Amino acid sequence: MIEIGSELPERIFHINRALLKRYADASGDQNPIHQNEEFALSVGLPNVIAHGMLTMALVGKYVSDFAGGSAKVAEFGARFTKPVIVPKDVDVDLTVSASVAEITDSTITLNLSATSAGVKVLGMAKAVIYK
Amino acid sequence: MLNPDSVGSTFGGTEKIAVTQSEVDVFCAVIGETDTSIAPPTFTIRITLSQFEEILTRPEIGLDWTRLVHGDQKFQIFSPVRPGDQLSCSATIESYRVAAGNEIVSVRSDLERDGAVVVSAWSTLVVRA
Repeated sequence: MIEIGSELPERIFHINRALLKRYADASGDQNPIHQNEEFALSVGLPNVIAHGMLTMALVGKYVSDFAGGSAKVAEFGARFTKPVIVPKDVDVDLTVSASVAEITDSTITLNLSATSAGVKVLGMAKAVIYK
Repeated sequence: MLNPDSVGSTFGGTEKIAVTQSEVDVFCAVIGETDTSIAPPTFTIRITLSQFEEILTRPEIGLDWTRLVHGDQKFQIFSPVRPGDQLSCSATIESYRVAAGNEIVSVRSDLERDGAVVVSAWSTLVVRA
């Protein structure tokens, strides 16, 4: 039974450099900060970082799976608060969870949480899905 | 610096963009989505972000895309996008401010199919000082 305050099961996604390359090709965002360590360091980043929109796409998958498919997602938004840092040859965890914030006759609103290496990477992350 | 006179302007919306099965397949594969009959909720960023880049970096608007970070993103989906859709995309510069030397631009995209908006997407883009 889903009610306000219900916690959804946590899920862990894995992000590595190969996935960043695949997301760059899938999205068209070829910014070198997501692929080239030397470049990322040269612009003051700690290492290569994941596309914020890749993080959001994975959280979107979490939402779609709970909702029963992509077609049931009505609204989805987030603030990119901290980057997901992706060192070479490492699978980085992205831990996603959610709680139910609001229920109407036709929709459920989820407050979403996404962390990597213990750091909250999305802020104000929220989705509205159709029942 | 962004030309402040551009705030409130709407661009594009005439050219049709075809959503192909292969691009939906590739996007789905990255996130592990097996239902490729529908575009995942964030798929349309593929269309809107490149349109923002094209518009905002025009000489008369003047945004520096090389120092850009994505501040936030929101999608409102009125009807799911599917492979085979022919969409038009108009972009509106909704607001602009400078805070601590950072330029903060809010833009909205409206994706239409057959004259009806199917997705509205809001992006806040920050050009770091």
